[in-house]
Amino acid sequence: MNLAEQIEALATGFALVVLSLALLVTVWRIIRGPTLPDRVLALDMLVAIAIGLIAVVAIRTGFNLYIDIAIALGLVGFLATVAFARFILARGLAPETGGAEAGAAKGRRAAGARTNAGQRKRKGGRR
Amino acid sequence: MSPFFEIAMAVLVAALLIVGATFSLLAAVGIVRFPDLYTRMHAASKAGTIGSGLLLLAAGIHSLDVAILIRALAGFFFFVLTAPISAHLLAKAAHQAGYRLAKLSVIDQLPQKEEPRRG
Repeated sequence: MNLAEQIEALATGFALVVLSLALLVTVWRIIRGPTLPDRVLALDMLVAIAIGLIAVVAIRTGFNLYIDIAIALGLVGFLATVAFARFILARGLAPETGGAEAGAAKGRRAAGARTNAGQRKRKGGRR
Repeated sequence: MSPFFEIAMAVLVAALLIVGATFSLLAAVGIVRFPDLYTRMHAASKAGTIGSGLLLLAAGIHSLDVAILIRALAGFFFFVLTAPISAHLLAKAAHQAGYRLAKLSVIDQLPQKEEPRRG
């Protein structure tokens, strides 16, 4: 193995490790993300990291056809993000269910504030 | 091919790989660390695009083929073209749906509700 191949092997190994770390961090945001737009954004980022990963694999294996796959994945990711944005616009601020603690807590707090205000108003009316 | 040229190409590709992977990691860290959807979007749409674009460019240069290099550049150009569009669309949709900015934000110049969408 000559020097050039050694340099490339080292760099691709480093890039694979770093990109895997980035993938894990982004997946944590998808699982945790308090709202739906956060998850959509993290999904967009996931697609970008996957494109980078495909490019690194193309360098490592020498199959240049992988670049076309990366371009196709970019197209699909863009269309998915646009579709999700339209969905968020159509859905509005629906109450988040399931693992969205922050969104649910925010909704509860808002509802509590509303009922408190109503009671105060009613009390004022009685007086 | 002279050995010097080979080593120079390897160093160039390695530098592009390292810088692109680091940009991607920093974008992912920004997505986790920023407090707000609208601030997270900065990290995702700028650093993320540059990261994957530099990696594609490295793959195109490594192939030593003009057709493949042009294809990789076309992919890079496509990402640079679409990332702002999708980020802007997502931010506008989230803002119009009523997702609030973080408490740290100073000013919100976009009117909250332009028109009632469901009459």
